[in-house]
Order: sequence, then C-alpha cells, then structure tokens
Amino acid sequence: MSQVTTQPSTDQIWEWLDAVPDPEIPVISVVDLGIVRGVEWQGETLVVSVTPTYSGCPATSIISLDIETALRSKGIEDLKIETRISPAWTTDWLSEKGRAKLEEYGIAPPQPAGGPEKCPRCGSKNLTKVSQFGSTPCKAHWRCQDCLEPFDYFKCI
Amino acid sequence: MTRDDAFAQFLLRMGDNTLILGHRVSEWCGHAPVLEEDIALANTALDLIGQTQMWLGLAGEVQGQGKSADDLAFLRDAWDFRNVLLCEVPNGDFGRTLMRQFLFDAWHSIQLGRLMKSSDERVAAIAEKASKEVAYHLERSADTVVGLGDGTEESHRRMQEALDYLWPYVGEMFQSDEADAEMVKAGIAPDPASLREEYDALISRILSDATLTIPDSSFAHKGGRTGAMHTEHLGHLLTQMQWLQRAYPGAKW
Repeated sequence: MSQVTTQPSTDQIWEWLDAVPDPEIPVISVVDLGIVRGVEWQGETLVVSVTPTYSGCPATSIISLDIETALRSKGIEDLKIETRISPAWTTDWLSEKGRAKLEEYGIAPPQPAGGPEKCPRCGSKNLTKVSQFGSTPCKAHWRCQDCLEPFDYFKCI
Repeated sequence: MTRDDAFAQFLLRMGDNTLILGHRVSEWCGHAPVLEEDIALANTALDLIGQTQMWLGLAGEVQGQGKSADDLAFLRDAWDFRNVLLCEVPNGDFGRTLMRQFLFDAWHSIQLGRLMKSSDERVAAIAEKASKEVAYHLERSADTVVGLGDGTEESHRRMQEALDYLWPYVGEMFQSDEADAEMVKAGIAPDPASLREEYDALISRILSDATLTIPDSSFAHKGGRTGAMHTEHLGHLLTQMQWLQRAYPGAKW
C-alpha cells in the first residue's frame, strides 16, 4: 500500500505533461497536440504512450526525450515510453486550448474544409494557398490577400 | 517458400519502394525550381523515409535475424533490393519527377487502402498511418501533373515526354509471383494484379484532365520487385546513400 501512495496519480502526470512544449511549436504542449495517447501505471512502471504526427517527423525522438526529462525531474524513475501508431494521429485530437494558442501564435488551426478559416493576423477570409507543404510536415503555407502576410496553416489530417 | 519468407519479401517490397523513391525525391533538396516546391519535395521524401522505418523495421522483425531498419537500408547490395524499377529511375527534370511521383502515389494510395484491411494488425496499422500521408502526396502530384500537362506548350511537351518515358515502368507494380500468392492466401496483402482496374480508372481521369495521352503499349520493364535485375541506376544511388555506413561502419549521428 505504501508504494501506491508514493505514486503520483495519472491526473497529476497528465498535468505535468501538459507543461511539456512541442519542440517545433512551443506555444502548445504535447498534450494539446494530442500525441500523448495514454498514461498508465503498470505496477512500479509508468508507461506513457506517444503517437507520431507524421511517420517521418524528425521531432518525434526529441518529444520522447523531452517527456522523459520532464517526468524524471518530477522524480519518476521507472519510466517506459511506448510508440503507438494505431489509431493514427488526427488533427481532431488537438485540444481547444491548443487550437486557440496556435491561432494567437500566428498559425491557422486545421479546418475540416481543408483550408484556414481566416488570417491569424488580421482575420480576413480572403486567402490564397502558396504551397501544400510548409516549414514542418504538419503545416502548409498560405497568404492573406488583404494584409499580404504569409502564414502557416496546420494541415487537417 | 515459407509463409514468413513470403511475408518478409512483401515487407521489403513495401519498404524498398518508399526508401528508394524517398532518396530519389530528397535529391531535389536545394535544387527545386522554387522554394515552395523544394519544401514540398523534401516533405514528401521525409514521409516516405518515415514509412520506410516502419516497413523495414517490421521486415527485420519477421526475418528474425536481429536486423534493424537501418541495417536493411544501409547494408544490403543492389541485388537484395525489392523496389519496383519506377522508384529508382533518375529524376530527370522537375516534370518527370512529378510524373513519376503521380504514377507511384496513385498505386501507393490504392495499395495502402487495401492493406488497411490486412489480417496482420501490424501491417494494417502501418497502412493506416501511411495512407493519410499518401493521400496528401497524391493530391499534390495529381494537381501538379494537371497544372503542367495542361499548362504552356513547353510544360505540356515535357510532361508528355515524361509519361512516354515512364509508362513502361508502370506495369511492374501489378505483377504477381509466388510470394504474392502466399500473401493473398494469408489475407495479409492483395494480389497486385487486382489493383490495376482501379489504378487505370484513376490515372486515366487525371491524365485526361492534364491533356496527356497514355501510350498505347503494355510493355513492362521488370526485375525490381523480384530482385532479378535492377537498372544500372540503383547501384549509383546506393553508393551515395550507403557511403557513410560503408566507410565508417556503425557510425552514429
């Protein structure tokens, strides 16, 4: 029993993970991004399941490392990080908080219609696609026709 | 051929296609006609290499000789590769690269759609992940083929030349052998030939929008997916791709 009481609750772990920033879009956390799929105590071992956004995303290994560093700093010694590829990550898993933070940062959040709803800078809906791809695998490149500012759009997948 | 041999062969075919095409596409990095296209090509290559990790990782597991995805990518020679010849032909101009991408993406998207229903859940999971990325690749390559085919006189001419050059490499994707028959029996993967009808319907629609004419020939170069005979280009590609691991065995980033 004494062992159980020394284990932080999974709610507590989720809270800690929500403070780990995404390495490429540091305004949102790895929890906001929807890539932490599970937090579970298996006996003495804490198992955190992480799913990659894109299969070739170079940030994936950094994310696992950041999660490990954060949890170790909270005193968790026995830790296992698992990669889970199914169900495949979808932008539907982005939190509402994450979507709002993206927009505030200048990245248009994903929309089911397949393009940004409005310019994250001036709010105009007069937009044009520059490229289907952008600065990271998860983004595309758009431009506002009114304020002329180019911006990133978080691709909807 | 045992079922595991056939399974490993199938996984090498999937992983070698994405590895070799991914490497080819990455050769454009820093050379594309405009920055946006450069980034798009590099992103496509990245997705393909990511998928390679999963396919070759599983291939190593099924082979059961303790080989990692990296071992399979960097320490095999040309005759052990199982990619279709289409993936290894040189890039040519930008138009030919995008035409090759389109001809491959169209097959790839149909194949992954079928593999999502594989009886092997690891295969189904990789296919589910990859199919989302490939749907995006296909959207872009199809749009570009239409844009350039139905573009200027110069771009139209180049795209027709690209299609004429690449067409004899299309047929190999639909050839079947003993390993495929084994995969069909196990419910792991579809018979390649069964994808042809859907493929023809898809590419006919796009190439017609692109005002391009599909060559009237069913001749197909083959030998890549069986490993019987690759083109001379694969060896040259490997000397570059594998150079570091060959010169400094076990070197780590």
